[in-house]
Amino acid sequence: MNIVVLVKQVPDSGADRNLRTDDNTVDRGSANNVINEMDEYAIEEALKIKEAHGGEVTILTMGPDRATESIRKALSMGPDKAVHVVDDALHGSCAVATSKVLAAALGQLNADLVLCGSESTDGRVQVMPHMLAERLGVAALTGARKLTVDGTTLTVERQTEEGYEVVTASTPAIVSVWDTINEPRYPSFKGIMAAKKKPVQTLSLADLGVAANEVGFDGATSTVVEHSKRPPRSGGVKVTDEGSGGTQLVEFLATEKFV
Amino acid sequence: MSEVLVVVEATTEFGVKKVTLEMLTLARELGTPSAVVLGGAGAAEALAGKLGEYGAEKIYAAEGEEIDGYLVAPKATVVADLVKRVQPTAVLLASSQEGKEIAARLAVKLDNGILTDVVALAADGTATQVAFAGSTIVKSKVTRGLPLVTVRPNSVNPTPAAATPTVEQLTVTVTDSDKLAKVVDRVAEQKGSRPELTEAGVVVSGGRGVGNADNFKLVEELADLLGGAVGASRAAVDSGFYPHQFQVGQTGKTVSPQLYIALGISGAIQHRAGMQTSKTIVAVNKDGEAPIFELADFGVVGDLFKVVPQAAEEIRKRK
Repeated sequence: MNIVVLVKQVPDSGADRNLRTDDNTVDRGSANNVINEMDEYAIEEALKIKEAHGGEVTILTMGPDRATESIRKALSMGPDKAVHVVDDALHGSCAVATSKVLAAALGQLNADLVLCGSESTDGRVQVMPHMLAERLGVAALTGARKLTVDGTTLTVERQTEEGYEVVTASTPAIVSVWDTINEPRYPSFKGIMAAKKKPVQTLSLADLGVAANEVGFDGATSTVVEHSKRPPRSGGVKVTDEGSGGTQLVEFLATEKFV
Repeated sequence: MSEVLVVVEATTEFGVKKVTLEMLTLARELGTPSAVVLGGAGAAEALAGKLGEYGAEKIYAAEGEEIDGYLVAPKATVVADLVKRVQPTAVLLASSQEGKEIAARLAVKLDNGILTDVVALAADGTATQVAFAGSTIVKSKVTRGLPLVTVRPNSVNPTPAAATPTVEQLTVTVTDSDKLAKVVDRVAEQKGSRPELTEAGVVVSGGRGVGNADNFKLVEELADLLGGAVGASRAAVDSGFYPHQFQVGQTGKTVSPQLYIALGISGAIQHRAGMQTSKTIVAVNKDGEAPIFELADFGVVGDLFKVVPQAAEEIRKRK
Protein backbone atom coordinates (compact mmCIF):
# COMPACT_ATOMS: atom_id res chain seq x y z
CA MET A 1 0.00 0.00 0.00
CA ASN A 2 1.32 3.42 -0.98
CA ILE A 3 0.87 5.66 2.06
CA VAL A 4 1.49 9.40 2.29
CA VAL A 5 1.63 11.03 5.73
CA LEU A 6 1.02 14.77 6.00
CA VAL A 7 3.45 16.32 8.47
CA LYS A 8 3.34 19.93 9.58
CA GLN A 9 6.08 21.77 11.40
CA VAL A 10 4.63 23.90 14.20
CA PRO A 11 5.99 26.10 16.98
CA ASP A 12 6.43 24.06 20.16
CA SER A 13 3.15 24.26 22.06
CA GLY A 14 5.05 24.04 25.34
CA ALA A 15 6.68 27.43 24.74
CA ASP A 16 5.36 30.95 24.34
CA ARG A 17 3.83 31.30 20.88
CA ASN A 18 3.11 34.51 19.01
CA LEU A 19 1.86 36.01 15.82
CA ARG A 20 4.29 38.30 14.04
CA THR A 21 3.68 42.01 14.35
CA ASP A 22 4.72 42.78 10.75
CA ASP A 23 2.50 40.43 8.74
CA ASN A 24 0.30 38.68 11.34
CA THR A 25 1.55 35.19 10.47
CA VAL A 26 2.70 32.59 12.99
CA ASP A 27 6.09 33.57 14.37
CA ARG A 28 8.30 30.63 13.44
CA GLY A 29 11.57 32.48 13.74
CA SER A 30 11.71 32.89 17.48
CA ALA A 31 10.03 29.59 18.28
CA ASN A 32 11.37 26.12 18.76
CA ASN A 33 9.81 24.37 15.78
CA VAL A 34 8.74 20.74 16.10
CA ILE A 35 6.67 18.11 14.30
CA ASN A 36 3.00 18.64 15.07
CA GLU A 37 2.55 16.09 17.84
CA MET A 38 -0.60 14.54 16.38
CA ASP A 39 1.24 13.80 13.11
CA GLU A 40 3.59 11.43 14.94
CA TYR A 41 0.60 9.17 15.56
CA ALA A 42 -0.17 9.26 11.83
CA ILE A 43 3.43 8.29 11.02
CA GLU A 44 3.27 5.42 13.52
CA GLU A 45 0.00 4.17 12.03
CA ALA A 46 1.48 4.32 8.52
CA LEU A 47 4.52 2.30 9.61
CA LYS A 48 2.32 -0.31 11.27
CA ILE A 49 0.24 -0.68 8.11
CA LYS A 50 3.39 -1.00 6.01
CA GLU A 51 4.75 -3.65 8.37
CA ALA A 52 1.53 -5.66 8.08
CA HIS A 53 0.68 -5.15 4.41
CA GLY A 54 3.88 -3.98 2.69
CA GLY A 55 4.24 -0.86 0.58
CA GLU A 56 5.91 2.49 0.98
CA VAL A 57 5.54 5.44 3.35
CA THR A 58 6.16 8.98 2.08
CA ILE A 59 6.18 12.11 4.23
CA LEU A 60 4.59 15.20 2.63
CA THR A 61 5.31 18.60 4.17
CA MET A 62 4.52 22.09 2.98
CA GLY A 63 6.61 24.67 4.77
CA PRO A 64 9.65 26.91 4.71
CA ASP A 65 13.26 25.69 4.34
CA ARG A 66 13.62 25.04 8.03
CA ALA A 67 10.83 22.45 7.90
CA THR A 68 13.63 20.14 6.69
CA GLU A 69 14.50 19.52 10.36
CA SER A 70 11.04 18.10 10.98
CA ILE A 71 11.15 16.07 7.78
CA ARG A 72 14.41 14.39 8.87
CA LYS A 73 12.95 13.77 12.31
CA ALA A 74 9.88 12.17 10.73
CA LEU A 75 12.07 10.02 8.45
CA SER A 76 14.08 8.84 11.46
CA MET A 77 10.97 7.04 12.71
CA GLY A 78 11.07 4.83 9.60
CA PRO A 79 9.29 6.25 6.52
CA ASP A 80 10.99 5.65 3.16
CA LYS A 81 11.16 9.12 1.66
CA ALA A 82 9.77 12.63 1.78
CA VAL A 83 8.40 15.36 -0.44
CA HIS A 84 8.88 18.95 0.68
CA VAL A 85 6.75 21.63 -0.97
CA VAL A 86 8.71 24.82 -0.49
CA ASP A 87 8.28 28.15 -2.20
CA ASP A 88 8.69 31.72 -0.93
CA ALA A 89 5.30 32.61 -2.41
CA LEU A 90 3.58 30.23 0.03
CA HIS A 91 4.20 32.48 3.03
CA GLY A 92 0.87 33.78 4.34
CA SER A 93 -1.27 31.07 2.75
CA CYS A 94 -4.72 30.44 4.22
CA ALA A 95 -6.18 26.97 4.77
CA VAL A 96 -8.08 27.04 1.47
CA ALA A 97 -4.90 27.83 -0.50
CA THR A 98 -2.88 25.31 1.52
CA SER A 99 -5.37 22.61 0.57
CA LYS A 100 -4.98 23.55 -3.08
CA VAL A 101 -1.21 23.08 -2.89
CA LEU A 102 -1.31 19.83 -0.89
CA ALA A 103 -3.99 18.43 -3.23
CA ALA A 104 -1.76 19.20 -6.21
CA ALA A 105 1.16 17.44 -4.52
CA LEU A 106 -0.98 14.44 -3.60
CA GLY A 107 -2.11 14.32 -7.21
CA GLN A 108 1.50 13.50 -8.16
CA LEU A 109 2.03 10.89 -5.44
CA ASN A 110 -0.70 8.35 -6.24
CA ALA A 111 -1.38 7.46 -2.63
CA ASP A 112 -3.76 4.68 -1.70
CA LEU A 113 -3.99 6.11 1.77
CA VAL A 114 -3.24 9.59 3.11
CA LEU A 115 -2.77 9.78 6.88
CA CYS A 116 -2.57 12.90 9.01
CA GLY A 117 -3.08 14.11 12.57
CA SER A 118 -6.59 15.23 13.52
CA GLU A 119 -5.43 18.78 14.07
CA SER A 120 -2.27 20.83 14.33
CA THR A 121 -1.36 22.25 17.70
CA ASP A 122 -0.87 25.77 16.27
CA GLY A 123 -4.08 26.47 14.37
CA ARG A 124 -6.27 23.62 15.70
CA VAL A 125 -8.54 24.24 12.73
CA GLN A 126 -9.18 20.56 11.76
CA VAL A 127 -10.24 21.38 8.21
CA MET A 128 -7.47 19.94 6.04
CA PRO A 129 -8.65 16.31 5.60
CA HIS A 130 -12.06 17.36 4.31
CA MET A 131 -10.70 20.18 2.15
CA LEU A 132 -8.34 17.69 0.51
CA ALA A 133 -11.05 15.05 0.17
CA GLU A 134 -13.31 17.61 -1.48
CA ARG A 135 -10.60 18.57 -3.97
CA LEU A 136 -9.47 15.01 -4.72
CA GLY A 137 -12.90 13.38 -4.74
CA VAL A 138 -11.89 10.75 -2.19
CA ALA A 139 -13.30 9.75 1.20
CA ALA A 140 -12.19 11.45 4.42
CA LEU A 141 -12.45 9.40 7.59
CA THR A 142 -11.59 11.75 10.41
CA GLY A 143 -10.74 11.42 14.08
CA ALA A 144 -9.84 7.73 13.98
CA ARG A 145 -9.08 6.00 17.25
CA LYS A 146 -8.77 2.67 15.41
CA LEU A 147 -8.00 1.90 11.77
CA THR A 148 -8.29 -1.50 10.10
CA VAL A 149 -7.05 -2.19 6.58
CA ASP A 150 -8.50 -5.16 4.71
CA GLY A 151 -7.42 -5.14 1.07
CA THR A 152 -8.86 -1.91 -0.31
CA THR A 153 -11.40 -1.53 2.50
CA LEU A 154 -10.68 0.83 5.38
CA THR A 155 -12.66 0.68 8.60
CA VAL A 156 -12.36 3.42 11.18
CA GLU A 157 -13.70 3.71 14.68
CA ARG A 158 -14.19 7.35 15.69
CA GLN A 159 -15.26 8.95 18.96
CA THR A 160 -18.40 11.04 18.89
CA GLU A 161 -20.09 12.99 21.64
CA GLU A 162 -22.70 10.28 22.09
CA GLY A 163 -20.42 7.27 21.81
CA TYR A 164 -18.56 6.09 18.76
CA GLU A 165 -19.16 5.44 15.07
CA VAL A 166 -17.79 2.80 12.75
CA VAL A 167 -17.20 4.18 9.27
CA THR A 168 -15.95 2.43 6.13
CA ALA A 169 -14.54 3.56 2.81
CA SER A 170 -12.52 2.16 -0.05
CA THR A 171 -9.07 3.36 -0.96
CA PRO A 172 -7.96 5.89 -2.04
CA ALA A 173 -8.93 7.78 1.11
CA ILE A 174 -7.73 10.23 3.74
CA VAL A 175 -7.71 9.22 7.40
CA SER A 176 -6.96 11.58 10.28
CA VAL A 177 -6.03 10.10 13.64
CA TRP A 178 -6.27 11.09 17.29
CA ASP A 179 -3.58 10.36 19.85
CA THR A 180 -5.60 7.42 21.21
CA ILE A 181 -4.82 5.29 18.14
CA ASN A 182 -1.31 4.10 19.03
CA GLU A 183 1.93 4.92 20.83
CA PRO A 184 4.46 6.46 18.42
CA ARG A 185 7.89 4.83 18.42
CA TYR A 186 11.03 6.73 19.29
CA PRO A 187 13.57 6.98 16.48
CA SER A 188 16.43 4.51 16.98
CA PHE A 189 20.05 5.57 16.50
CA LYS A 190 20.06 3.48 13.33
CA GLY A 191 16.88 5.24 12.21
CA ILE A 192 18.40 8.66 12.79
CA MET A 193 21.50 7.76 10.78
CA ALA A 194 19.43 6.21 7.97
CA ALA A 195 17.17 9.28 7.78
CA LYS A 196 20.11 11.42 6.71
CA LYS A 197 20.41 9.40 3.50
CA LYS A 198 16.74 9.04 2.65
CA PRO A 199 15.54 10.92 -0.45
CA VAL A 200 13.79 14.25 0.10
CA GLN A 201 12.32 15.68 -3.09
CA THR A 202 11.55 19.38 -3.13
CA LEU A 203 8.68 20.72 -5.20
CA SER A 204 8.00 24.36 -6.06
CA LEU A 205 4.67 25.89 -6.98
CA ALA A 206 5.76 25.74 -10.63
CA ASP A 207 6.40 22.00 -10.28
CA LEU A 208 2.84 21.63 -9.00
CA GLY A 209 1.24 23.87 -11.61
CA VAL A 210 -0.16 26.25 -8.98
CA ALA A 211 0.10 29.97 -9.75
CA ALA A 212 1.83 32.16 -7.15
CA ASN A 213 -1.16 34.52 -6.95
CA GLU A 214 -3.42 31.66 -5.85
CA VAL A 215 -1.48 31.26 -2.60
CA GLY A 216 0.26 33.40 0.00
CA PHE A 217 -1.15 36.79 0.93
CA ASP A 218 -2.34 37.43 -2.65
CA GLY A 219 -4.47 34.32 -2.74
CA ALA A 220 -5.64 34.37 0.87
CA THR A 221 -9.38 34.02 1.46
CA SER A 222 -9.21 35.53 4.94
CA THR A 223 -7.00 38.01 6.71
CA VAL A 224 -5.95 38.83 10.26
CA VAL A 225 -6.98 42.42 10.97
CA GLU A 226 -5.26 42.72 14.33
CA HIS A 227 -4.07 40.59 17.22
CA SER A 228 -3.09 41.11 20.80
CA LYS A 229 -1.88 39.10 23.75
CA ARG A 230 -4.63 38.22 26.16
CA PRO A 231 -3.84 39.90 29.48
CA PRO A 232 -2.59 37.31 31.95
CA ARG A 233 -5.10 36.32 34.59
CA SER A 234 -4.34 37.92 37.89
CA GLY A 235 -5.76 38.91 41.21
CA GLY A 236 -6.46 35.38 42.30
CA VAL A 237 -6.59 34.31 45.92
CA LYS A 238 -4.53 31.35 47.11
CA VAL A 239 -5.15 29.84 50.51
CA THR A 240 -3.40 26.95 52.22
CA ASP A 241 -5.73 24.35 53.66
CA GLU A 242 -5.45 24.30 57.41
CA GLY A 243 -8.62 22.35 57.97
CA SER A 244 -11.16 24.66 56.38
CA GLY A 245 -9.98 24.78 52.73
CA GLY A 246 -13.11 23.08 51.45
CA THR A 247 -15.39 25.47 53.31
CA GLN A 248 -13.39 28.46 52.08
CA LEU A 249 -13.69 27.15 48.53
CA VAL A 250 -17.47 26.97 48.84
CA GLU A 251 -17.59 30.45 50.37
CA PHE A 252 -15.79 31.71 47.28
CA LEU A 253 -18.26 29.86 45.02
CA ALA A 254 -21.11 31.43 47.00
CA THR A 255 -19.78 34.97 46.55
CA GLU A 256 -19.58 34.24 42.81
CA LYS A 257 -23.15 32.87 42.97
CA PHE A 258 -22.28 29.33 41.86
CA VAL A 259 -23.90 27.83 44.97
CA MET B 1 -32.80 42.05 6.19
CA SER B 2 -31.21 39.18 4.47
CA GLU B 3 -30.86 35.69 5.76
CA VAL B 4 -28.17 34.29 8.02
CA LEU B 5 -27.88 30.51 7.79
CA VAL B 6 -27.36 28.67 11.06
CA VAL B 7 -26.43 25.03 10.63
CA VAL B 8 -28.10 23.28 13.56
CA GLU B 9 -26.25 20.97 15.93
CA ALA B 10 -28.47 18.66 17.91
CA THR B 11 -28.33 15.31 19.61
CA THR B 12 -31.02 12.67 19.66
CA GLU B 13 -30.83 12.61 23.43
CA PHE B 14 -30.91 16.32 24.32
CA GLY B 15 -32.32 17.94 21.16
CA VAL B 16 -30.98 21.31 20.01
CA LYS B 17 -27.54 21.96 21.46
CA LYS B 18 -26.84 25.16 23.34
CA VAL B 19 -24.30 26.29 20.76
CA THR B 20 -27.14 26.36 18.20
CA LEU B 21 -29.09 28.74 20.42
CA GLU B 22 -25.95 30.86 20.74
CA MET B 23 -25.63 30.95 16.95
CA LEU B 24 -29.29 31.96 16.53
CA THR B 25 -28.75 34.75 19.06
CA LEU B 26 -25.67 35.90 17.17
CA ALA B 27 -27.44 35.60 13.80
CA ARG B 28 -30.20 37.98 14.93
CA GLU B 29 -27.57 40.73 15.18
CA LEU B 30 -26.54 40.15 11.58
CA GLY B 31 -29.84 39.54 9.78
CA THR B 32 -32.77 37.15 9.77
CA PRO B 33 -31.85 33.73 11.17
CA SER B 34 -32.71 30.65 9.12
CA ALA B 35 -31.94 27.30 10.72
CA VAL B 36 -30.63 24.45 8.58
CA VAL B 37 -31.45 21.01 9.96
CA LEU B 38 -29.43 18.12 8.53
CA GLY B 39 -30.34 14.73 9.93
CA GLY B 40 -32.46 11.64 9.90
CA ALA B 41 -36.14 11.55 8.95
CA GLY B 42 -38.30 13.81 11.13
CA ALA B 43 -35.32 15.71 12.57
CA ALA B 44 -36.67 19.20 11.80
CA GLU B 45 -40.09 18.60 13.29
CA ALA B 46 -38.59 17.53 16.58
CA LEU B 47 -36.41 20.65 16.78
CA ALA B 48 -38.71 23.31 15.30
CA GLY B 49 -40.19 24.46 18.62
CA LYS B 50 -36.84 25.23 20.21
CA LEU B 51 -35.42 26.84 17.06
CA GLY B 52 -38.46 29.14 16.82
CA GLU B 53 -38.13 30.07 20.48
CA TYR B 54 -34.67 31.50 19.72
CA GLY B 55 -35.70 33.42 16.64
CA ALA B 56 -35.44 31.11 13.62
CA GLU B 57 -37.79 32.66 11.05
CA LYS B 58 -37.31 29.77 8.67
CA ILE B 59 -36.15 26.19 8.86
CA TYR B 60 -34.58 24.41 5.92
CA ALA B 61 -34.66 20.66 6.40
CA ALA B 62 -32.64 17.99 4.63
CA GLU B 63 -33.47 14.63 6.09
CA GLY B 64 -33.01 10.95 5.53
CA GLU B 65 -30.50 8.15 5.08
CA GLU B 66 -28.73 10.05 2.28
CA ILE B 67 -27.82 12.72 4.85
CA ASP B 68 -27.47 10.70 8.01
CA GLY B 69 -25.78 7.55 6.73
CA TYR B 70 -22.46 9.14 5.72
CA LEU B 71 -19.82 11.45 7.14
CA VAL B 72 -20.24 15.16 6.41
CA ALA B 73 -19.91 15.27 2.60
CA PRO B 74 -23.67 15.08 1.75
CA LYS B 75 -24.42 17.74 4.37
CA ALA B 76 -21.88 20.08 2.80
CA THR B 77 -23.39 19.55 -0.63
CA VAL B 78 -26.85 20.45 0.65
CA VAL B 79 -25.64 23.58 2.42
CA ALA B 80 -23.54 24.68 -0.57
CA ASP B 81 -26.58 24.42 -2.85
CA LEU B 82 -28.64 26.39 -0.35
CA VAL B 83 -26.00 29.11 -0.06
CA LYS B 84 -25.93 29.51 -3.84
CA ARG B 85 -29.72 29.78 -3.94
CA VAL B 86 -30.51 32.12 -1.03
CA GLN B 87 -27.27 34.18 -1.01
CA PRO B 88 -27.15 34.60 2.78
CA THR B 89 -25.29 37.37 4.61
CA ALA B 90 -23.31 34.81 6.60
CA VAL B 91 -23.17 31.09 7.38
CA LEU B 92 -22.69 30.02 10.99
CA LEU B 93 -21.74 26.51 12.11
CA ALA B 94 -20.68 25.11 15.46
CA SER B 95 -16.96 24.85 16.12
CA SER B 96 -17.32 21.13 16.71
CA GLN B 97 -15.58 18.47 14.67
CA GLU B 98 -18.62 18.09 12.42
CA GLY B 99 -19.26 21.83 12.12
CA LYS B 100 -15.66 22.50 11.14
CA GLU B 101 -15.72 19.66 8.64
CA ILE B 102 -18.87 20.84 6.89
CA ALA B 103 -17.37 24.35 6.83
CA ALA B 104 -14.13 22.97 5.37
CA ARG B 105 -15.96 21.43 2.43
CA LEU B 106 -18.11 24.55 1.96
CA ALA B 107 -14.98 26.69 1.78
CA VAL B 108 -13.61 24.58 -1.08
CA LYS B 109 -16.95 24.18 -2.88
CA LEU B 110 -17.66 27.93 -2.75
CA ASP B 111 -14.00 29.07 -2.93
CA ASN B 112 -14.74 31.01 0.22
CA GLY B 113 -12.67 31.96 3.26
CA ILE B 114 -13.29 30.22 6.58
CA LEU B 115 -12.79 31.28 10.21
CA THR B 116 -12.98 28.72 13.01
CA ASP B 117 -13.27 28.96 16.81
CA VAL B 118 -14.98 32.32 16.60
CA VAL B 119 -16.19 33.82 19.90
CA ALA B 120 -17.72 37.04 18.53
CA LEU B 121 -18.83 38.30 15.14
CA ALA B 122 -19.41 41.97 14.34
CA ALA B 123 -21.96 43.23 11.82
CA ASP B 124 -19.16 44.08 9.38
CA GLY B 125 -18.00 40.46 9.43
CA THR B 126 -15.01 40.95 11.73
CA ALA B 127 -14.63 37.81 13.81
CA THR B 128 -12.85 37.47 17.13
CA GLN B 129 -10.89 34.27 17.70
CA VAL B 130 -8.69 33.07 20.51
CA ALA B 131 -5.45 31.37 19.50
CA PHE B 132 -2.44 29.64 21.03
CA ALA B 133 -4.11 28.09 24.04
CA GLY B 134 -6.12 31.22 24.75
CA SER B 135 -3.05 33.45 25.00
CA THR B 136 -3.71 35.50 21.87
CA ILE B 137 -6.82 37.31 20.68
CA VAL B 138 -7.14 37.61 16.92
CA LYS B 139 -9.53 39.69 14.84
CA SER B 140 -9.99 38.32 11.36
CA LYS B 141 -12.13 38.76 8.29
CA VAL B 142 -13.09 36.59 5.39
CA THR B 143 -11.85 38.44 2.30
CA ARG B 144 -13.25 36.13 -0.35
CA GLY B 145 -16.94 35.26 -0.25
CA LEU B 146 -19.30 35.59 2.70
CA PRO B 147 -18.44 35.23 6.38
CA LEU B 148 -18.25 31.44 6.85
CA VAL B 149 -17.55 30.99 10.53
CA THR B 150 -17.64 28.26 13.14
CA VAL B 151 -18.72 29.46 16.57
CA ARG B 152 -17.15 28.13 19.73
CA PRO B 153 -19.60 26.87 22.38
CA ASN B 154 -20.10 29.15 25.41
CA SER B 155 -19.19 32.31 23.48
CA VAL B 156 -22.58 34.03 23.41
CA ASN B 157 -25.30 34.23 26.02
CA PRO B 158 -28.31 32.61 24.32
CA THR B 159 -31.45 34.74 24.60
CA PRO B 160 -34.91 33.74 23.39
CA ALA B 161 -36.84 35.84 20.83
CA ALA B 162 -39.93 33.99 19.73
CA ALA B 163 -40.62 33.46 16.06
CA THR B 164 -42.87 31.08 14.19
CA PRO B 165 -40.65 29.42 11.62
CA THR B 166 -41.87 28.13 8.29
CA VAL B 167 -40.36 24.79 7.33
CA GLU B 168 -39.03 24.13 3.86
CA GLN B 169 -38.06 20.56 2.99
CA LEU B 170 -35.03 20.60 0.72
CA THR B 171 -34.69 18.17 -2.15
CA VAL B 172 -31.56 16.23 -1.42
CA THR B 173 -29.45 15.56 -4.48
CA VAL B 174 -26.10 14.24 -3.41
CA THR B 175 -23.54 12.68 -5.73
CA ASP B 176 -21.77 9.34 -5.42
CA SER B 177 -18.60 11.12 -4.35
CA ASP B 178 -20.52 12.40 -1.29
CA LYS B 179 -21.22 8.83 -0.24
CA LEU B 180 -17.69 7.47 0.02
CA ALA B 181 -17.49 7.42 3.84
CA LYS B 182 -20.34 5.27 5.04
CA VAL B 183 -21.41 5.04 8.66
CA VAL B 184 -22.01 1.34 9.31
CA ASP B 185 -22.61 1.49 13.04
CA ARG B 186 -23.35 4.04 15.75
CA VAL B 187 -22.76 2.89 19.29
CA ALA B 188 -24.20 4.98 22.11
CA GLU B 189 -22.12 4.95 25.25
CA GLN B 190 -23.54 5.51 28.67
CA LYS B 191 -23.84 9.24 29.27
CA GLY B 192 -25.80 9.68 32.46
CA SER B 193 -27.49 12.97 33.12
CA ARG B 194 -24.46 15.28 33.09
CA PRO B 195 -24.32 18.12 30.57
CA GLU B 196 -22.12 17.81 27.52
CA LEU B 197 -18.54 18.82 28.31
CA THR B 198 -18.05 21.66 25.79
CA GLU B 199 -21.46 23.18 26.54
CA ALA B 200 -21.55 22.87 30.33
CA GLY B 201 -21.67 26.01 32.45
CA VAL B 202 -19.63 24.26 35.14
CA VAL B 203 -16.80 21.78 34.55
CA VAL B 204 -15.02 19.88 37.32
CA SER B 205 -11.85 18.14 36.13
CA GLY B 206 -9.47 15.71 37.75
CA GLY B 207 -5.80 15.16 37.05
CA ARG B 208 -2.98 12.85 38.01
CA GLY B 209 -3.44 13.90 41.61
CA VAL B 210 -6.77 12.09 41.75
CA GLY B 211 -4.66 8.94 41.91
CA ASN B 212 -6.87 6.26 40.36
CA ALA B 213 -10.08 5.60 38.46
CA ASP B 214 -12.07 4.85 41.58
CA ASN B 215 -11.21 8.21 43.14
CA PHE B 216 -12.79 9.99 40.19
CA LYS B 217 -16.07 9.44 42.03
CA LEU B 218 -15.00 12.43 44.11
CA VAL B 219 -14.70 14.58 40.97
CA GLU B 220 -18.07 13.32 39.75
CA GLU B 221 -19.70 14.02 43.09
CA LEU B 222 -18.59 17.66 43.09
CA ALA B 223 -19.63 18.03 39.43
CA ASP B 224 -23.08 16.65 40.20
CA LEU B 225 -23.56 18.94 43.18
CA LEU B 226 -22.81 21.92 40.91
CA GLY B 227 -24.80 20.59 37.93
CA GLY B 228 -21.62 20.38 35.92
CA ALA B 229 -19.74 18.14 33.53
CA VAL B 230 -16.69 16.06 34.41
CA GLY B 231 -13.38 16.54 32.64
CA ALA B 232 -9.95 15.01 32.95
CA SER B 233 -6.39 16.04 32.19
CA ARG B 234 -4.31 14.14 29.68
CA ALA B 235 -2.23 12.69 32.51
CA ALA B 236 -5.38 11.27 34.10
CA VAL B 237 -6.64 9.88 30.78
CA ASP B 238 -3.26 8.38 29.86
CA SER B 239 -3.15 6.73 33.29
CA GLY B 240 -6.54 5.16 32.57
CA PHE B 241 -8.41 7.06 35.31
CA TYR B 242 -11.10 8.41 33.00
CA PRO B 243 -12.20 7.91 29.34
CA HIS B 244 -10.58 9.90 26.56
CA GLN B 245 -13.75 11.66 25.41
CA PHE B 246 -13.64 13.70 28.61
CA GLN B 247 -10.08 14.92 28.10
CA VAL B 248 -9.69 18.69 28.35
CA GLY B 249 -6.63 20.22 26.73
CA GLN B 250 -4.50 20.60 23.66
CA THR B 251 -5.27 17.12 22.34
CA GLY B 252 -8.76 16.96 23.79
CA LYS B 253 -11.76 19.22 24.20
CA THR B 254 -11.62 22.98 24.58
CA VAL B 255 -14.03 24.24 27.22
CA SER B 256 -14.96 27.74 28.25
CA PRO B 257 -17.47 27.39 31.10
CA GLN B 258 -18.56 29.98 33.67
CA LEU B 259 -16.78 27.93 36.34
CA TYR B 260 -13.88 25.52 35.93
CA ILE B 261 -12.63 23.55 38.91
CA ALA B 262 -9.28 21.77 38.54
CA LEU B 263 -8.60 19.03 41.07
CA GLY B 264 -5.12 17.57 41.30
CA ILE B 265 -4.13 19.14 37.97
CA SER B 266 -0.72 20.81 37.78
CA GLY B 267 -1.71 23.01 34.84
CA ALA B 268 0.76 22.08 32.12
CA ILE B 269 0.32 23.99 28.85
CA GLN B 270 -1.30 20.84 27.43
CA HIS B 271 -4.15 21.30 29.89
CA ARG B 272 -4.28 25.09 29.96
CA ALA B 273 -4.83 25.09 26.19
CA GLY B 274 -8.23 23.57 26.76
CA MET B 275 -9.57 25.63 29.67
CA GLN B 276 -7.71 28.92 29.88
CA THR B 277 -10.64 31.02 28.68
CA SER B 278 -13.00 29.77 31.41
CA LYS B 279 -14.64 32.71 33.18
CA THR B 280 -13.83 31.68 36.74
CA ILE B 281 -11.15 29.13 37.61
CA VAL B 282 -10.77 27.32 40.93
CA ALA B 283 -7.90 24.95 41.68
CA VAL B 284 -7.06 22.47 44.41
CA ASN B 285 -3.55 21.06 44.38
CA LYS B 286 -1.12 19.93 47.04
CA ASP B 287 1.79 21.61 45.26
CA GLY B 288 1.60 25.34 45.96
CA GLU B 289 3.99 26.00 43.07
CA ALA B 290 1.80 24.27 40.47
CA PRO B 291 1.26 26.52 37.43
CA ILE B 292 -2.52 26.05 37.64
CA PHE B 293 -2.48 28.58 40.52
CA GLU B 294 -1.28 31.29 38.09
CA LEU B 295 -4.68 30.98 36.40
CA ALA B 296 -6.87 30.39 39.41
CA ASP B 297 -9.23 33.04 40.75
CA PHE B 298 -9.35 30.94 43.89
CA GLY B 299 -6.78 28.31 44.76
CA VAL B 300 -6.51 25.93 47.68
CA VAL B 301 -3.11 24.46 48.42
CA GLY B 302 -3.98 21.21 50.10
CA ASP B 303 -4.92 17.57 49.89
CA LEU B 304 -7.87 17.24 47.52
CA PHE B 305 -9.05 14.17 49.45
CA LYS B 306 -9.65 16.43 52.43
CA VAL B 307 -10.66 19.64 50.66
CA VAL B 308 -13.15 18.19 48.16
CA PRO B 309 -15.25 16.09 50.60
CA GLN B 310 -15.43 19.09 52.91
CA ALA B 311 -16.51 21.33 50.03
CA ALA B 312 -19.13 18.78 48.95
CA GLU B 313 -20.48 18.60 52.48
CA GLU B 314 -20.61 22.40 52.71
CA ILE B 315 -22.54 22.65 49.42
CA ARG B 316 -25.06 20.08 50.67
CA LYS B 317 -25.52 22.08 53.86
CA ARG B 318 -26.24 25.24 51.90
CA LYS B 319 -28.78 23.59 49.58
